Amino acid sequence: MSRASITKAHQKIQELSWEPTFVSPVEKFSTDYTFEKAKKKDPLKQILRSYFPMEEEKDNRVFGAMDGAIRGNMFRQVQQRWMEWQKLFLSIIPFPEISAARAMPLVINTVPNPEVHNGLAIQMIDEVRHSTIQMNLKRLYMNHYIDPAGFDITTKAFQNNYAGTIGRQFGEGFITGDAVTAANVYLTIVAETAFTNVLFVAMPGEAAANGDYLLPTVFHSVQSDESRHISNGYSIILMALSDERNRELLERDLRYAWWNNHAVVDAAIGTFIEYGTKDRRKDRDSYAEMWRRWIYDDYYRSYLVPLEKYGLVIPHDLVEESWNRIWNKGYIHEVAQFFATGWAANYWRIDGMDDADFEWFEHKYPGWYDKYGKWWERYADLSKKNGHGPIMFEGDKAEYQYPHRCWTCMVPCLIREDMVVDEVDGQVRTYCSETCHWTDAVAFRPEYNGRPTPSMGKLTGKREWESLYHGWDYADVIKDLGYVRDDGRTLVPQPHLNLDPKKMWTLDECKGHTMQSPNVLLNQMSPEEREKHVAHYKAGGPAGRPAPQEASA
Amino acid sequence: MSTTEPQSTRSVPKPVFTDAEAGALEFPSSTSRSYNYYTPAKRRATIYEDVTVDVQPDPARHLSQGWLYGFSDGVGGYPENWTALKSSNWHAFLDPNEEWEQTIYRNNANIVRQVSQTVANAKAAGSFLSENVSWLGVVEKHISAMAHAEHGIGMYVYTACQRDAPTNMINNAIAVAAAHKLRFAQDIILHNLEVSEQVAGFDGSAHKAVWQSGGEWEAVRKNVEEITGTRDWAEAYFATTMVFEPLVGELFRSHFVMQVAALNGDYVTPVVVGAGEADVSRDRAAARRLFRLLVDDPEHGAANRATLEGWLEKWVPASVKAGRGLQPIWSQVPDKMITFEESRSRAVTCFTGLLDELGLNYAKEL
Repeated sequence: MSRASITKAHQKIQELSWEPTFVSPVEKFSTDYTFEKAKKKDPLKQILRSYFPMEEEKDNRVFGAMDGAIRGNMFRQVQQRWMEWQKLFLSIIPFPEISAARAMPLVINTVPNPEVHNGLAIQMIDEVRHSTIQMNLKRLYMNHYIDPAGFDITTKAFQNNYAGTIGRQFGEGFITGDAVTAANVYLTIVAETAFTNVLFVAMPGEAAANGDYLLPTVFHSVQSDESRHISNGYSIILMALSDERNRELLERDLRYAWWNNHAVVDAAIGTFIEYGTKDRRKDRDSYAEMWRRWIYDDYYRSYLVPLEKYGLVIPHDLVEESWNRIWNKGYIHEVAQFFATGWAANYWRIDGMDDADFEWFEHKYPGWYDKYGKWWERYADLSKKNGHGPIMFEGDKAEYQYPHRCWTCMVPCLIREDMVVDEVDGQVRTYCSETCHWTDAVAFRPEYNGRPTPSMGKLTGKREWESLYHGWDYADVIKDLGYVRDDGRTLVPQPHLNLDPKKMWTLDECKGHTMQSPNVLLNQMSPEEREKHVAHYKAGGPAGRPAPQEASA
Repeated sequence: MSTTEPQSTRSVPKPVFTDAEAGALEFPSSTSRSYNYYTPAKRRATIYEDVTVDVQPDPARHLSQGWLYGFSDGVGGYPENWTALKSSNWHAFLDPNEEWEQTIYRNNANIVRQVSQTVANAKAAGSFLSENVSWLGVVEKHISAMAHAEHGIGMYVYTACQRDAPTNMINNAIAVAAAHKLRFAQDIILHNLEVSEQVAGFDGSAHKAVWQSGGEWEAVRKNVEEITGTRDWAEAYFATTMVFEPLVGELFRSHFVMQVAALNGDYVTPVVVGAGEADVSRDRAAARRLFRLLVDDPEHGAANRATLEGWLEKWVPASVKAGRGLQPIWSQVPDKMITFEESRSRAVTCFTGLLDELGLNYAKEL
């Protein structure tokens, strides 16, 4: 359809809405935002008559590429190091996608703008597309990649794994709590507008460099829908800004949403891009460089900062601290190291780093080797079965103190000096940062800065994964998770890529090691013991190195 | 003009032969090439099952840490008590249409092409001008008014309900139904736009007043608004798919528009409305399977049947009244090829057939 026809058709479909006089749609979801004074407009101008054929054409291209990949034996050129991380990524991402579909009624229900409802309904259909197209990509990987284990248990593993849980909050954050906080600020304003850039643009680029051109094909097709979703979000935030009463809530939600997205997405995607690649060309961008381009320049400076003209206070401090964590505090490296430490509770295999990797890291992150190099050398040593346990239980050899977990973002408190400890809701909890502490103790509460916020959600669930298995034998943990291959003893996860059955770890090597929950242990301590323990913990690092026994923060 | 300046060396990733394709080696699980965390309905899993089942987590299945975020009352995820109906296994429902992204776009794009080509042909042939004038009045006022009902159901019933059900299979089926309704509503109203551009005197906006304040549509609007005002997702879904659609939607679309349009020189409207009817039939197959599972549930079947019969008591009178309110429209076409009572009889037969299928009783007169 021509642009003029679309504009005319779009004007026409606005006639479909009406003001109910008998009964208004039930208020299923609530928000503390108000839109009484809001101007209404739909910037999207999408009608289904043009939408469906457009998406069908996009699909045809995706499915054509899939056929081509199989016929062209793409898997003879994919890097296993890369594909293994896709077992984690592709187990997570279909859930946030479908959650975004489920989130649309939250904003349709609470934002009184029939024009934008049209855009939101199209987004709902898009998100069903994204979720199922990604599940189908994974199905293809399972069928054609050398090692299907981990792909074959995908959504179950996503639901019972500590790393899956970190990713799951990304989707759950869209569908519960204050409708506008969840489905607009967290989902659209921050997750889609900022972080899909690294998820769906930067990461697929790295996939292609590792021989996988299907991930870019699918995810760029997905990303081309995201721009429409960004318009939905922008339209609603402008409506919200037209009422002074929303300002404080917007500022709260931008702080929460920014920091949580940074903590979760940068942890995962940063690890995939930096530690999942074999492309060590020195002129290829590091994750930090990509972040600076896609998040800092394209989102923060070009999208977020201009909102200041509407009088909104932007969380400059948190944006800068995110960068500080990535660049100066080694956030991505600490996370990758943690994933590798806990390799035996994963459902993917983690390749060690070699000299080529070391050289690249040192080039991109000067000082990297001194902090992390030795640990990766030990990881390589301890990846070979030789009478010892998984590296997680070899703390002395590895010089690694298993970390506390952040109650809010559920990524461990890896930047040790930043850990915050507080008793919240009758429980001693640990947080990776001041902002994660604020999120739980201040933001997600029924009152904020003295004003009632009855619609605000709550952090719930068994948020520390380790507490589920406190006191269990590690072999039993892995069996309970279901991460055992079809011979009944070989593990799905491995600390190397060697598929020689004799070199692969089994349940036998995991027996006799006891899983412990740092949070359970922390709560069992006396206040004095706890204070000492926390001081010692905060004096540790980088790279998880425990502080000398006498040290304190 | 060509240049002979040497190009600088380009930095590109080097292809590497890794031999990481299936079958290159044998090792434990090297042949484990199906999702192993659910049991497919048949021997081999379908693509639909693989891309849909368990994507929405459930604490009763694999979700070990529970929901991580809650509403202000602490309840998170997809609570089963968002409907009064109960199931011993919500996951037993699989969409008989097996909708996933490829089917959604193929089917809807086909309909778009079908409608667009028909409209283009009608414009080229000047056939809008040869339609019966009285019939054009029906198109102008009533068929276009029906678009509001379709839009309301798509946007404020189905789109809303697809947030609420306990499984991904149910929610996706409802989301697809929402897409159908929204497209159908737009197809009707864009058909209205085409006719208004082709036929002098055709008032393209007359439907708004007919819908908002017209006598024939008042009870329909009330019925639709009341469904949008229902918190229980299964009740809203049942009131729409099993009550409103046969007694109001199809009464008007199948048993009136589809019967008389062509006889009045209009072959475009039946294409538009016929596509909508096909959607309804497709989406009803999913609803029938869901409610069938619920009334047959070994543990909760009897209670579910009682709940559904309670909903019939509440919703059937509203839809019967809405359907009857449309009766004057049947008199607005010159050639009465079908009477209102004949149309209604067909609608009631369809409705009672659905009740029989589910083993539900509705004692009152229809």
